[in-house]
Amino acid sequence: MYSDDFYYTKDHEWVKIKGDKGIVGITDFAQKQLGDVVYVEFPKIGAQLEFHQSLGVIESVKAVSDIYSPISGEVIKINEELNNSPELLNEDPHGKGWIIHLKIKDKEELEKLMSASEYEKFLEGLEE
Amino acid sequence: MVVNYFHGRTIMKKTRLNSCHKKLGAKLIGFFGWEMPVEFSGIIKEHLAVRQKAGLFDVSHMGEIVISGKQALDFVQYLTPNNAARLTPNKAQYSALTTPRGTFIDDLLVYCLDEDRYLLVVNAANSDKDYEWVLSHKGGFDVQVENKCDDYSQLALQGPKAMEILQPLTKINLEEMNIFGVSWGNVAGEDTIVSRTGYTGEDGFEIYTLSQNPDKIWDAILEEGKAFDVLPVGLGARDTLRLEARLMLYGNDIDETTTVLEADLSWLIKFKKGNFLGRDALLKQKEEGIKRKIIGFEMLGRGIARSHYPVYVDGEKVSEVNSGSFSPFLKKSIGLAYLPIEHTEIGTEFEIEIRGNRVKAVVVPAPFYKRNEKA
Repeated sequence: MYSDDFYYTKDHEWVKIKGDKGIVGITDFAQKQLGDVVYVEFPKIGAQLEFHQSLGVIESVKAVSDIYSPISGEVIKINEELNNSPELLNEDPHGKGWIIHLKIKDKEELEKLMSASEYEKFLEGLEE
Repeated sequence: MVVNYFHGRTIMKKTRLNSCHKKLGAKLIGFFGWEMPVEFSGIIKEHLAVRQKAGLFDVSHMGEIVISGKQALDFVQYLTPNNAARLTPNKAQYSALTTPRGTFIDDLLVYCLDEDRYLLVVNAANSDKDYEWVLSHKGGFDVQVENKCDDYSQLALQGPKAMEILQPLTKINLEEMNIFGVSWGNVAGEDTIVSRTGYTGEDGFEIYTLSQNPDKIWDAILEEGKAFDVLPVGLGARDTLRLEARLMLYGNDIDETTTVLEADLSWLIKFKKGNFLGRDALLKQKEEGIKRKIIGFEMLGRGIARSHYPVYVDGEKVSEVNSGSFSPFLKKSIGLAYLPIEHTEIGTEFEIEIRGNRVKAVVVPAPFYKRNEKA
């Protein structure tokens, strides 16, 4: 379920590294908690995000949730497809439901994040 | 990401259908002391199933209070603004428990079980408060009051296919029942009271039973409903369905600070029936005219207006959103709010603050959704 080439946060975001670029989304666990997503509020392209800064909001039918940036960097792309098809966040949270691309400022920050196996353990702890 | 769901950590009451929900993989939440399913397969999917086919709800958390005795009718008449004298054992009505100020202790359904026994079906959140309220007004009335909240299980089968699904499971002639009609009989082998009522804006039935095995009814309906794509439905879709139909939710849209007239429910006040709690206040308010009224709105800008978001008219904060949600059927953001009476006309624009930004909204006709009335 949770892919090894992703890094995970305790707030249930993920970031996948491609060179100096990071692709950011929310985890399958998160989308299940949220339920049907109907609207995503994005940051502006060019915005400088700090680690754990709110980058936007996800609205599901029942809940409103902040998304926090898993890593510092500059927003270079947003997933505009989510404007018309927010359900992608539920259907494919680790793929087509990505939220933004960042130009990563400092890769050392990745040390603060969890690997797939650490995240899975973290989730087991939550479900107890 | 932080999900703002309420996670109950306290011990919760379970309905007799709790294990059915777990078997079906429902997401369970704490709801006023009850562990209830919020969704089974997804709120939007469940919502649309009720609009297009049928959905089955466990609403056993609802409270039941029985009033019996020689003066049962007189007492119900005193507690509620609607005319309970028009009830017979095959008819129910929507009404309220009102304060002397004409505001809501609760909204409810009144059933006439027989000429000296009445059943009040009240909100789960209010059942203890309502029971205390009813007892405290008993005074000289020759009646007995019983709190039956934990005794009854209640199922609701709602949607255009509800009748076709339920009919094979009972000898009650469902087609002959009117809206708000009530019948007594066996459903899937269990003794029940069936009424043609609901909280979704669709045709459908609510089924009350004192049986220890309401799961037999639940399972039989899901089995019979397979051919009609019936889905189990949680409280999440129950809320979006009732909002589209502009049915009030106590604690959101009405409470002890809002009068029956302000809630735009004047049709349930029968001034001519005689005295009842709140009559004088409501009559006075009717004569003087209300200063605010609940309205339905639709967002013009982006975003979903949620409960308690600030409401602005001409740049001034006038109130807060009562109910607000994404409407799965209309695919827009809708809600209810109280506005000053001079701003309640259809088409009036105003603003709602969503996370620091003022976003435009407009007063629209409500109910937002009305089913096609056909025979």
